[in-house]
Amino acid sequence: MDAIILQTLNGLDKGSAYALIALGLTLIFGTLGVVNFAHGALFMIGAFCAVTMQRFLNLSYTLLDPTKKDFLGNPLKVQTPYVEHWFGHDTGAAIINWSVPLSILLAIPVMLILGFVMERGLIKHFYKRPHADQILVTFGLAIVLQEIVKQVFGANPIPTPAPVEFSGSLDIGALIGFPANAIVYPYWRLIYFLFSLGVIGAVFSFLRFTTFGMVVRAGMADRETVGLLGINIDRRFTLMFGIAAAVAGMAGAMYVPINSPNYHMGMDFLVISFVVVVVGGMGSLPGAVAAGFLLGVLEAYASLNEVKSIIPGIDQIIIYVIAIIVLLTRPRGLMGRRGVMED
Amino acid sequence: MLGLEKKDMRFLLIVLLLTLAAPILLNPFAENSAMAQFNAGYPDLMQRIAIFSIFAVGFNILFGLTGYLSFGHAAFLGVGSYAAMWMFKLLSMNILPAIGLSVVIAGVFALLIGYISLRRSGIYFSILTLAFAQMSFNMAYSVLTPLTNGETGLQLALDDPRVLDAANTSGSLPDTSLFGLAMNSTLKVEFLGRLFQFNVGYYVCGMISVVMFYIALRIFRSPFGMMLRAVKSNQHRMSYTGLNARPYTLAAFVISGMYAGLAGGLMAAMDPLAGAERMQWTASGEVVLMTILGGAGTMLGPVLGAGFIKYFENIFSKINDNVLHSWFAFLPHWIQDPLVWLFARFTGEGWHLTLGLLFMLVVIFLPGGLVEGGQRIGRLFRRKQGAGGDGPAHPPKPAPHVAE
Amino acid sequence: MSRFDLTRRGLLRTGMIAGAGLAMPTVFTSSAYAYTNEPKGKSVTLGFNVPQSGPYADEGADELKAFKLAVKHLNGEGDGGMMGTFSSKVLKGNGVLGKKVEFVTGDTQTKSDAARASAKSMIEKDGAVMISGGSSSGVAVAVQSLCQEAGIIFMAGLTHSNDTTGKDKKANGFRHFFDAYMSAAALAPVLSKQYGKDRKFYMLTADYTWGWTQAASMKEFMEGEGWQMVKDVKTPLASTDFSSYLAPVLSSGADVLILNHYGGNMVNSLTQAVQFGMRDKQVNGKQFEIVVPLISELMAKGAGKNIQGILGSSNWNWKLQDEGTKAFVKSYGTEYGVPPSQAAQTCYVQTLLYADAAERAGSFDPCAVGKELEGFKFDGLGNGPTLYRAADHQCFKDVLVVQGNDKPQNDYDLLNVAEITPVDKVMYEPDNKFFAGGELGKCNNGA
Repeated sequence: MDAIILQTLNGLDKGSAYALIALGLTLIFGTLGVVNFAHGALFMIGAFCAVTMQRFLNLSYTLLDPTKKDFLGNPLKVQTPYVEHWFGHDTGAAIINWSVPLSILLAIPVMLILGFVMERGLIKHFYKRPHADQILVTFGLAIVLQEIVKQVFGANPIPTPAPVEFSGSLDIGALIGFPANAIVYPYWRLIYFLFSLGVIGAVFSFLRFTTFGMVVRAGMADRETVGLLGINIDRRFTLMFGIAAAVAGMAGAMYVPINSPNYHMGMDFLVISFVVVVVGGMGSLPGAVAAGFLLGVLEAYASLNEVKSIIPGIDQIIIYVIAIIVLLTRPRGLMGRRGVMED
Repeated sequence: MLGLEKKDMRFLLIVLLLTLAAPILLNPFAENSAMAQFNAGYPDLMQRIAIFSIFAVGFNILFGLTGYLSFGHAAFLGVGSYAAMWMFKLLSMNILPAIGLSVVIAGVFALLIGYISLRRSGIYFSILTLAFAQMSFNMAYSVLTPLTNGETGLQLALDDPRVLDAANTSGSLPDTSLFGLAMNSTLKVEFLGRLFQFNVGYYVCGMISVVMFYIALRIFRSPFGMMLRAVKSNQHRMSYTGLNARPYTLAAFVISGMYAGLAGGLMAAMDPLAGAERMQWTASGEVVLMTILGGAGTMLGPVLGAGFIKYFENIFSKINDNVLHSWFAFLPHWIQDPLVWLFARFTGEGWHLTLGLLFMLVVIFLPGGLVEGGQRIGRLFRRKQGAGGDGPAHPPKPAPHVAE
Repeated sequence: MSRFDLTRRGLLRTGMIAGAGLAMPTVFTSSAYAYTNEPKGKSVTLGFNVPQSGPYADEGADELKAFKLAVKHLNGEGDGGMMGTFSSKVLKGNGVLGKKVEFVTGDTQTKSDAARASAKSMIEKDGAVMISGGSSSGVAVAVQSLCQEAGIIFMAGLTHSNDTTGKDKKANGFRHFFDAYMSAAALAPVLSKQYGKDRKFYMLTADYTWGWTQAASMKEFMEGEGWQMVKDVKTPLASTDFSSYLAPVLSSGADVLILNHYGGNMVNSLTQAVQFGMRDKQVNGKQFEIVVPLISELMAKGAGKNIQGILGSSNWNWKLQDEGTKAFVKSYGTEYGVPPSQAAQTCYVQTLLYADAAERAGSFDPCAVGKELEGFKFDGLGNGPTLYRAADHQCFKDVLVVQGNDKPQNDYDLLNVAEITPVDKVMYEPDNKFFAGGELGKCNNGA
């Protein structure tokens, strides 16, 4: 029983990352009709926003300390971050400690701008081109983005810890009457889950309750008619692309304490996020979110030792097995519409 | 001749000649010159280009004609490699049975996956094929290790049975061969400071790829090919006329799967090792890139794409800063160092960046792939010729004739 | 062999038929080679095949730096590094056998196919007589067998699987790095001393050959110390989120977690294990502990604070105080500004060992070089007295048990040497059950 509760938690947590990426991917596909293979790279760049924030806060001035020696016998260089210098040691250290949540402040504008530039500079020219061309050009872009990140930050994963206050874990089991250590779950993962619910909620209410969202939804349903009504749909779609990029970026920035970022983490998520989108049904936002959580939970259940002892290796392939079953029983995914991406 | 029209025949002959002369054509620079870095005329790379051409040409039969974008073709290549390796281990080092089995196994595998995946179209089809291929890869890497030798890859061992071959007493592993003609034997000729390597394995791959190219050409020109094009242009209209598209697309899927299996078998025959990462989604993506980059739906496109990507992977990745320093050695240090730094972003360990940029440039400016680039250049030439009278000295490039 | 043998190198070396066939006026065929890529000019080419893209690119960059430094020293530039402390004194800093050492580099991409393609281009195009490098066992085994077939020497870089010199060993392949068995043998006594005899351990193991050999070795030795294994759970290689595998650990009754992961897998699983609060829990009345059998500096860097206090094993560490290490750290540090990693050290040493063997053999013929390396005893290269065992081409030397530094002074001060396990504690017979099954075969020089 405790194992099931644990894995459900795990699944929801995995699922929240899947859902956030799939949500952005679906926003882009649903509004612009573009298959964006660079979406994983956007997630990765969001993660590196957190790294940049950490580096930025750790910018230091150097003093030579002649009383100590470094490994070559030269005087030791002592680095003191500027923030500690300006705000005093304790406040400075506290700011550095909170670099990951703070990085959201960096990630949102950076990703919005990146999204605008990408849409205006590149994607715009591909609306009328075949999906294969869109895939190829965004895939090329993904390679370029990740190689640039590699040349700046190196290939090794970079540790970006959560604030110390959230680095431990919560014994949930003890709260609800299980023995100690039965259901232990890290604080940061719980925060990530709540954070993703917040972002998903915000995106949905934005689309539902604002005029802007209404126009975009109308545009998703029938772009031509909305254009005929004299509404400038293009500018709104550009903004939509920016928002999708920002969602991916925030998902990435908040994910770094769980998964030390490296330059190819986007590719690791790319395949899985496409599977999620397709299982949910191309172009369906609720479908993408539901499929994200569903696949996350089932993946977690598949890694239960009891399940693995019945079907060895099931945790390696569960995502794909589900994708195949769903697509064969529900032709357009869980909530897909007819005629989308079938030609 | 051979059931081909005259211009197709001429085209095929040109391909044959280029294949035969590749060891010379790809080695244009003298051994000790700075440009020798760009020579590609060594056996391994030429074999790879020929093999990946087969793979891409086969993929193009499915994608170029029917428009079905498979993201799992690497699985057939991988299965073909494993089948060939098991033949080398169990039966004989002769490459014929190995290649035969790899084609058959890949065909059966493609029939199974195709039968299920083709129940859906568009991106749903792509994701189904991707799912099957990723499943194969993940299993080959872990659970199926007894069959695939997992991470290390399936290789020959001294104590393999090889029932048809004479007992091996030499203490070293036997070579793959075609009735005794070892794949790795090479005739080396030095000529005008250039070292030309005529390798048996390359010619085997090259000749097979010309044959496969010929078969693909026949398929493209056949009624069957017309039918596949009809699937691409309008499947609904096709079904209204009472035709069922499924058998045709399934046939195309199986044929292209067999091409991939053949490529996989040849890879194992040239270099007896089969690793699981051959089946990974990035490998499937690579053949998609090759085909689209070269020009999907054209005959020559996939070949050009395969050559382009493999050349890049093997030549650009080896230009390290030492090489760069030797290129710019004539410059003073204060120019040399920044210049080397700049170039090093794009070569050596930065070769992926160059590849990504080139992809983008080609897709943005040449929607029809490299073949379209060739066509544009060809048109430019012809326009010039039109102005300056007929110039028989400049035969038009072969590409424009066959491009769709 | 009775087949129509055209030999792997110069088929029809005389070139008469080719000359006639091609009907060219001046055809010069390459003169006969006594072995693959026999260097004829004033220089000799070595091939350094390291990952330059993919997850291990930084490790590859480190290895490449070490190779370049070794080549510099061989050619008499720089301060000579460990050539001064090396027990064999035949290297004079005038190249090898009077030939200037040159090198080519390639990208393995950490894929066996790509690694073989790039190694082949070094052999076929650039005329390399030796290939070295690599940072995963799959690649090492694949390239090693390629070198065996092509008739050149392979000096393995970072490869830790038992198989490299076990069931996949080859006559032309040599490994300086230690292996999974030695890691376990070195760690077991230290672990039971530090954490007590009465422990229950849970293992997470990367689901591929290296992970399995590491897990099997750990199980064998820890059970030998009286520990009990609760469970060994295999995790998919492609995992980045290990939470589903980590979640059941605390309630399983185990009080030690052993992570048989490497590279990005290890960084993530360790970080996440710490997030699960494992290091501040008490289980069975004891402090819960995490062990990572193989630790490298780059992984420690990736794991950040989480590595502090974690025990594991290493081939070498720059904080050692012997003369060889000091000379190497000084030389490398002056050149690049940071201390070398264990990957850099093993690659540097492999290059020197190859050069030294060629010098002593008086030839680059792989069989002659191999004969010099087999059974070679040396010292002064940072690992203390070392033996290159003839039976399996594995180096035997002391193994370091390292511990994550609690108070790092700077970015590279991440690991401390906790204990040096002497070589006789980690020695094994060539037919040990973890290594049995393969045979070296005969050396191949490609002629």
